[in-house]
Amino acid sequence: MQAATKVSERTATAASGSPVTILAFSGDIASTSKDAIMQAYHGLDGSVAKVLLDFTSVDYVNSSGIAIIIQVLLEASKSGGRTIGIFGLSPHFNKVFTMVGVAKYASMSPDEGTALAGL
Amino acid sequence: MKSGSCVEVRIPSELGFEKVGMSTGASMAKLMGFSADRIEDLKTAIAEACINAIEHGNQLNDSLSVYVVLSKNEDALEVKVIDDGAGIIEPPATPDMDRKMLGEEDPRGMGMFLIQALVDEAEWHQGPPGKSFVRLVIRLDKEKE
Repeated sequence: MQAATKVSERTATAASGSPVTILAFSGDIASTSKDAIMQAYHGLDGSVAKVLLDFTSVDYVNSSGIAIIIQVLLEASKSGGRTIGIFGLSPHFNKVFTMVGVAKYASMSPDEGTALAGL
Repeated sequence: MKSGSCVEVRIPSELGFEKVGMSTGASMAKLMGFSADRIEDLKTAIAEACINAIEHGNQLNDSLSVYVVLSKNEDALEVKVIDDGAGIIEPPATPDMDRKMLGEEDPRGMGMFLIQALVDEAEWHQGPPGKSFVRLVIRLDKEKE
């Protein structure tokens, strides 16, 4: 019953000039998203230092989905401090992510331009 | 819509159907005049309550249903999410992001915290026999604050 999660990968350049990999999500972000998200994250080249998670095309996120994002942050932290940023969340989910503490470990931006400017 | 108006939805114990309860709650809150941001809060609270009922209360048993009962009071919307589980004896601790990032706490376990944070009242009840439920309330007077 969950809308399948799709993850697409693209690259961009931060305002600082450094390369950024963007993982763009669509569909629901829920417990059923784990394989799609973790496989995409694990598939990133080891040299990737800055990653943005794009929620622009996501309509529904629940606590199980947030837990998967926390798993990404945990793995990034363990693997030598890869920087993770988040953009494109609705104002409501921006509030929810902040409430549970995600904003302490990932920058939160309204859109891609703002996110790239901050990296 | 009259005070006392009530809507009841029965959903299967299958993840994803929480969105049916969530959407019904959102429709009722909109009819009552709640603002868009309060409706978003309610949607997440109902979804998390239904997920808990499906996963923990009914343990994903597809022969059991979860009931979402929405009641309009004079100045509030009350939502009861009822399952066939034993209920919660003690609410879990507030999630600690720092401990999660150290791998000392399960990344999951945020649902009840979100429910409590997003609605005006949240209570977990055991009973009637063989059942348990969570009761959520959002109040229209909070709209003016």
